[in-house]
Amino acid sequence: MYVAVKGGERAIENAHAWLDDARRGDRDVPDLVLDQIREQLALAVDRVMAEGALYDPDLAALALKQARGDVIEAVFLIRAFRTTLPRFGTSQPVDTGAMQIIRRISATYKDAPGGQVLGPTFDYTHRLLDFGLAQTPDIAAAPEAEISTASVPHILSHLNAEGLMQREDAGGPDVPDLTRAPLEFPAERPLRLQALTRGDEGFLLSLAYSTQRGYGRNHAFVGELRIGHVRVSAFLPELGFEIEFAEIMITECESVNQFQGSKTELAQFTRGYGLVFGQSERKAISMALVDRALRARELGEDLDGAPAQDEEFVLSHCDNIQSSGFLEHIKLPHYVDFQAELELIRKLRRDAAARQAATSQAAE
Amino acid sequence: MTPLLQVESLSKFYGNHLGCGEVNFTLWPGEVMGIVGESGSGKSTLLNCLAGHMAPDTGRVIFDTRTNGPRDTVTMTESERRWLARTDWAFVHQNPRDGLRMNVSAGGNVGDRLMAVGARHYGDIRRQAQDWLGRVEIDQARIDDRPRAFSGGMQQRLQIARNLVTGPRLVFMDEPTGGLDVSVQARLLDLLRGLVRRLGLSAVVVTHDLAVVRLLADRVMVMKDGRVVEQGLTDQVLDDPQHAYTQLLVSSVLQV
Amino acid sequence: MTDYNFAYLDEATKRMLRRAILKAVAIPGYQVPFSSREMPMPYGWGTGGVQVTAACLVPEDTLKVIDQGADDTTNAVSIRKFFARVAGVETTEATARASVIQTRHRIPETPLTEGQILVFQVPIPEPLRFLEPRETETRTMHALEDYGLMHVRLYEDIAKHGEIARAYAYPVRVEGRYIMDPSPIPKFDNPKLDNSPALQLFGAGRECRIYALPPYTRVESLDFEDYPFTASKAAGQVCAICGAEDSYLDEVITDDAGGRMFVCSDTDYCATRVAAQAEDAA
Repeated sequence: MYVAVKGGERAIENAHAWLDDARRGDRDVPDLVLDQIREQLALAVDRVMAEGALYDPDLAALALKQARGDVIEAVFLIRAFRTTLPRFGTSQPVDTGAMQIIRRISATYKDAPGGQVLGPTFDYTHRLLDFGLAQTPDIAAAPEAEISTASVPHILSHLNAEGLMQREDAGGPDVPDLTRAPLEFPAERPLRLQALTRGDEGFLLSLAYSTQRGYGRNHAFVGELRIGHVRVSAFLPELGFEIEFAEIMITECESVNQFQGSKTELAQFTRGYGLVFGQSERKAISMALVDRALRARELGEDLDGAPAQDEEFVLSHCDNIQSSGFLEHIKLPHYVDFQAELELIRKLRRDAAARQAATSQAAE
Repeated sequence: MTPLLQVESLSKFYGNHLGCGEVNFTLWPGEVMGIVGESGSGKSTLLNCLAGHMAPDTGRVIFDTRTNGPRDTVTMTESERRWLARTDWAFVHQNPRDGLRMNVSAGGNVGDRLMAVGARHYGDIRRQAQDWLGRVEIDQARIDDRPRAFSGGMQQRLQIARNLVTGPRLVFMDEPTGGLDVSVQARLLDLLRGLVRRLGLSAVVVTHDLAVVRLLADRVMVMKDGRVVEQGLTDQVLDDPQHAYTQLLVSSVLQV
Repeated sequence: MTDYNFAYLDEATKRMLRRAILKAVAIPGYQVPFSSREMPMPYGWGTGGVQVTAACLVPEDTLKVIDQGADDTTNAVSIRKFFARVAGVETTEATARASVIQTRHRIPETPLTEGQILVFQVPIPEPLRFLEPRETETRTMHALEDYGLMHVRLYEDIAKHGEIARAYAYPVRVEGRYIMDPSPIPKFDNPKLDNSPALQLFGAGRECRIYALPPYTRVESLDFEDYPFTASKAAGQVCAICGAEDSYLDEVITDDAGGRMFVCSDTDYCATRVAAQAEDAA
């Protein structure tokens, strides 16, 4: 009996065996192969890469399979793997202006150089269950156009040229690294953006939504949302030049937000910025709104206690690996603490009862 | 005798706007200085600079510390200033919510400063808290109640008890009767006057209410647009104002 | 992908951890920020302790891991197996044989000795956190030794309950300077922190903090002169297995009719006593 309440090694082994068995499910159903996950559940793969902070679709697909489709568990597997990888160096900033675009929209201009490109989007689809997909239909290839090699300038660069956008600080080479140094407050914008880009999509969505509903309102327009492939390069000191080593898909969102101006500054637009691995526009837009809300202090805006404006609140709670781990740790045994509480509460009750008895005795 | 507080050409700007400028005065032990003026005159800015809540742009604020004699509190370290703030200084806010811990009992609020300077005997702390609740006319049976359950006047009296329990040598008060009903104001003012006289407190009191100055202050400074336009003995300034603004101020209220 | 470095973490990460640990040892009770890494177990399940242990381990070490005082609780088993696999060090359940002990929520009953390292897993390292939620403010409070608020809380406990109503994670003051959270050990264990010959290290992974008590550090539990700290446990009970009167006891419910028994929470201590009793009898 005594050993049973303490659990034990065999119980763990059996639980793991059961997990493996349950993951596989009905053996009459073919085993899922990673290519299927990568190709057909691509947006889940993208989310795992974004929040796992590691760009590798094959590993993300493996993590999703191992996690039985639990996205946060898959993110966790990727993070735990990522942490063991050696770091060879730092890439050059990616040039999103040179992106090979698959989707590019602006809510602020009807048309602009480069045009509006809808791309593979759920927008404007009717959300009716397509029972045809329950079979395995042949899907015709989408119509294709010539690939344009012209670079597509950012929408906000037009506003910038007019002096209507606030200038962004280019930042120095010494950008802090969230994965190599502890998060310290107050956190500068580069650090905040790093935390947000790997933050939980649901959490950022809710925070962004709260700013739209008046909790730290800053009235955002989607200046531009673009999705596509960019090249990643690094400067190798041994070679003395830059080499390209990867092409990755990313989603970038720049929001345009009003700013009333101050005593020293003319009224102009300010920017919120979102950049996320893969195709993940909900996350990128949310990130841009939250980034902008977190700039309230530096822009001298009213701080009305809104959660989205509070960097300690946002950055301390946006990481789903931290939050889910700590949340679920309350499943672990706490009998020692609970025992201490049990004794304290019994003692308090005993003492109170004794005091009560003494008072009623004295009253008699 | 060494002055308790000596203020020398103190100025504070908000951007290009003058908060308060070129303020000079000396406060002697046992003296109460009143600072009057309308809102925006710079009196609260001045008080916050004196109490170390805000850093002035120029000038010195020399306080006669208990252990090291006269020291400029502007150039002190933050930790020295905080120590002063919980020992030799006290600060009574206009809104008691700013000066009280609203989720801590009345007794805990009064005991706070005692514990902050090292009191570690629960019974003693509680006795002193009880004593002080009595002195500010709060029923001692309410020692374990939280200030949320108190009226505005009681909260303000609790804030005063919490500040005075460690025997501060200098009390800063910012519109201490500000948010209260007239009848409650009178009672609080009466209580304050009694405490000031009995304890021989030194204080700097900021108010827009000339009656408060008349009752509490030995001397008064009149501020307008960030500058001191007149200062002197309270009776002298209020009964025979020299500056046009002071004359306007005095004539615009009923005589008390 | 089975080719992990000794004790899982790469050497650069371990060096970063060791620097944080050295700084923590140099300033007893001070919370040193460190760059916590994702580990293959979740945050809140001992990642801070695991990182500290990984940074301390050398191949010659003998490791013991306990959770709730016991070696065979699930989390202890999992962490012990982890290090057996990635570091290949010898493991033990005997407190006296271990050179490094990682623990969650207890300090072993068997007195520790010089040369031993006790690594605590810490969920919330900031003792002022539940009084003041902002990190920027609590760090200022520590820097300026502005600790009045902590005693106000203890005062409130006495005013309300007639005693300091804290059963575990009972705050301590280290060498008369920093107030420290001893991790959620029952306050019964607090006296063992004081003047211990062993090096005590505390790791909080999710919160990115490491702190330490070097050997023979003065550790006082906060209290009032007239309400002194007492290291309490279940009143009037002895261990039903080994008969110990001096150990911390777990309450075990034995049936659904309200039957219960008390047994040592420290399983090694209990087993050692039972073995000694059997030897005496024989």
